[in-house]
Amino acid sequence: MLAVDVRQLTKTYVVPEREAGLGAAVHSVFRRRTRAVEAVAEISFALQPGEFVGFVGPNGAGKTTTLKMLSGLLHPTAGRARVLGHVPARRERAFLRRITLVMGQRNQLLWDIPVIDSFERNRVVYRVPSAEYRRTLDELTGLLDLAPLLERPVRNLSLGERMKCEIAVALLHRPQVLFLDEPTIGLDVTMQRRIRAFLAEYNRAHHTTVLLTSHYMADVEALCSRIVMIDHGRILFDGALQELVRRFSPHKTIVVELDRDAADLSSYGEVVASEGGRHTLLVPKADTPQVTARLLGDLPVSDLTVEDPPIEDVIEQVFAGALDGAGVARARDRD
Amino acid sequence: MLRAYWVYLKTNLALQLQYRVELAIWMLNRIVEPTVYLVVWRTVAATRGGVGGYDAADFAAYFITLMVVNQLTFTWIIHEFEWRVRTGELSAMLLKPIHPIHGDIADNLAYKVLTLVILVPAAVLLSVLFKPAFEFSAATLAAAAAALVVAYLIRFFIDWAFALSAFWTTRTAAINQIYFLLLLFCSGRLAPLELFPGWLERITWYLPFRWAVWFPVELALGRLSPDVMAAGFRMQALWLLLGLLLLRVMWRLGVRKYAAVGS
Repeated sequence: MLAVDVRQLTKTYVVPEREAGLGAAVHSVFRRRTRAVEAVAEISFALQPGEFVGFVGPNGAGKTTTLKMLSGLLHPTAGRARVLGHVPARRERAFLRRITLVMGQRNQLLWDIPVIDSFERNRVVYRVPSAEYRRTLDELTGLLDLAPLLERPVRNLSLGERMKCEIAVALLHRPQVLFLDEPTIGLDVTMQRRIRAFLAEYNRAHHTTVLLTSHYMADVEALCSRIVMIDHGRILFDGALQELVRRFSPHKTIVVELDRDAADLSSYGEVVASEGGRHTLLVPKADTPQVTARLLGDLPVSDLTVEDPPIEDVIEQVFAGALDGAGVARARDRD
Repeated sequence: MLRAYWVYLKTNLALQLQYRVELAIWMLNRIVEPTVYLVVWRTVAATRGGVGGYDAADFAAYFITLMVVNQLTFTWIIHEFEWRVRTGELSAMLLKPIHPIHGDIADNLAYKVLTLVILVPAAVLLSVLFKPAFEFSAATLAAAAAALVVAYLIRFFIDWAFALSAFWTTRTAAINQIYFLLLLFCSGRLAPLELFPGWLERITWYLPFRWAVWFPVELALGRLSPDVMAAGFRMQALWLLLGLLLLRVMWRLGVRKYAAVGS
């Protein structure tokens, strides 16, 4: 069975619309004008059990709306969603016990009492057997280094410490599907790395299915073998990261270090940076082997690396392309 | 479920102990109000030689008992709920495999346990000061205790149902006001309901508020005839069911609405 199965899922918000000014305010008392905003438009994708998938898109792309529909907080306007065979909108207890949703800034922890007391509340609410709870707690305490935090009131924790505890409390009932919405937002690099390592380890150890949104490409690159890109409520790409690079980036980057300075390399490819003896070239993918051979043959090369362009750049290009496409469509509408 | 209540109760006690001063100030309100009415009615009774069969000592007994009952059945969900909906805190509650009302009841009970420390001395002190005509018997107290439990639930359900209006409007303060006014006038907090004009008293008979406050008070004081007692318990049962029904329907519709628009 699929862990997550989404078909033509659509969410349209109806928002009140009002012009500025007193006249409009008075008018709106008698007649409310509304406007439909399509947050998610007929998206389809599926997650196999154990998959770790990145859900990537700019602000307002529809990521959070989708996660909320998958966790039962929002009802879809159209289409269908199944998570572990359940219809999320029904919010059956059996369903809620098998999933978790972590939202960066929302908290499950109670502010004024020690962390462990909030954990205890979740233990009884999710009916986790004592032995299993102990085991889970020990594991999470070890992996996230929670021991010094458990007895402290949440209000005395730093943002990073709190986030670690938020993630832990969300996992105490051993959910099989995790929806993580920006779990590393606002954290410093060390803490981000820490949480990343934890999520990878947790996914590996428990074969959980994870759908993760993040603005940090480092998260996605480190954790997700597959990404789903969404913009304006539509899916732009769904596949492996390498596939994304292959499809959307026709270039490779060659970095050469030469023994002597000031060679002109523009005949080999587009020079994007030149610094001392170190040059960075952008070369069409198909020409890469040939250019590499020529460089090695012609020049006194001391070091040479061939790389894909940074994933951030590729993603940015995809979204920029989508934006241009939309712009064209709009321009056509006006004619 | 009982375990969940137990853990909720423990943690809520710990939570509320953090706000002792706030707790005491809130509590003060529910001591001062009945005391003021007690003093006013007592004065009126003294100058007129009794009002509608109540003398000074009767008023003292009524309002001191009312203070206890009101404190024990008191709820404060409405403004809390608006905040939950507005901030999206409700989302976290909806993700848990337990109805959020259980957390609220446990929270309310924790508060009641904690405020007994103030309530009991306050009742004793007022009794010393105003010499009420208490004639408690085991039977009336037992009946009152049973009615108190039902009264508590009725008040909780009705308050929760009112609070659910937060799903449709962000101006729950107005609804809060209406609720509190109805409660003040129709529950017997302002005056014993027998002192109301006949038509008004009949209206209160069909509303839930009277059964949530007045009824346990009068039962405890042993002032009700067997007929009225039986009728009272029937009305309590009716409002318990209606309250629960109203709550369920409102909750269903409210969550559907919340899930349609998001937070």
